[in-house]
Amino acid sequence: MGLQALFFYIFAFVAIASAFMVVASRNPVHSVLFLILTFFNAAGLFLLAGAEFLAMILLVVYVGAVAVLFLFVVMMLDIDLGRIRSGVLEYAPIGALVGVILLAELIVVLGGSFVSPQVAQNVGVPIPDFAVRSNTAALGDLLYTDYVYFFQIAGMVLLVAMIGAIVLTLQHNRSVKRQDIATQVARNPQTAVETRTVKPGQGI
Amino acid sequence: MEIGLAHYLTVGAILFTLGIFGIFLNRKNIIVILMSIELILLAVNINMVAFSAYLNDMVGQIFALFILTVAAAEAAIGLAILVVFYRNRGSIAVEDVNTMKG
Repeated sequence: MGLQALFFYIFAFVAIASAFMVVASRNPVHSVLFLILTFFNAAGLFLLAGAEFLAMILLVVYVGAVAVLFLFVVMMLDIDLGRIRSGVLEYAPIGALVGVILLAELIVVLGGSFVSPQVAQNVGVPIPDFAVRSNTAALGDLLYTDYVYFFQIAGMVLLVAMIGAIVLTLQHNRSVKRQDIATQVARNPQTAVETRTVKPGQGI
Repeated sequence: MEIGLAHYLTVGAILFTLGIFGIFLNRKNIIVILMSIELILLAVNINMVAFSAYLNDMVGQIFALFILTVAAAEAAIGLAILVVFYRNRGSIAVEDVNTMKG
């Protein structure tokens, strides 16, 4: 148990410190890199809590896709760093105020609350023993049976997001000639050929 | 000392607060605001997984999976809107988002 506590504190401390650096960093590229570090340590926390599949998905989806997407956008936009950092401390006091109030409220709520013993009896689907069924298999057992409609809806959400992102950012370049097949097929001799009578010795 | 539910909830609360703080702090940079939203969703996920482990209930992890899905979709759409906005205005500051005079 001592080892588990040690790793929990390491992961938690690095996650919180790098999350602070995400919001406080001067350079957006550094922010993205600290965000990746936060996700790595959160994945460690998930592993400690026994959610192995979610930990790996966090690495694959977030670090592999979302964080790289952020990195692409940060590097694609030519951002004036000096202007971005000019008024940063202007909003720091009110931000710190809201943050402190929120944290105090959360600590009051979480510290003063307790989980009723009745809740433990109302468990929907108990986590199977790891030796019997691994976390990934148990998650799949549930996801493809009881939650299959939600799974399909999640797929639709991702599809709509993908199409939306493409439609938003696609720009047609007018200098590039494109083939319009419908117009080509619709051509007939009347529209394609023009007959003129040319007088001798003259051009058109 | 045994690592229990309260430890995970504390980490989640601190991450959530840092995300809120980041939204207030970075008024000139929408990219960092989007990253702050990712931090907030990560804090929510930590809470979900902590309660799932504490109550020995699998459904919390299922829900955390769907939160991950929605967060990924939100990041993609948000960044796409950001790119279009930057193309039109040449800036990513919040105070320049005033085309609709809202």
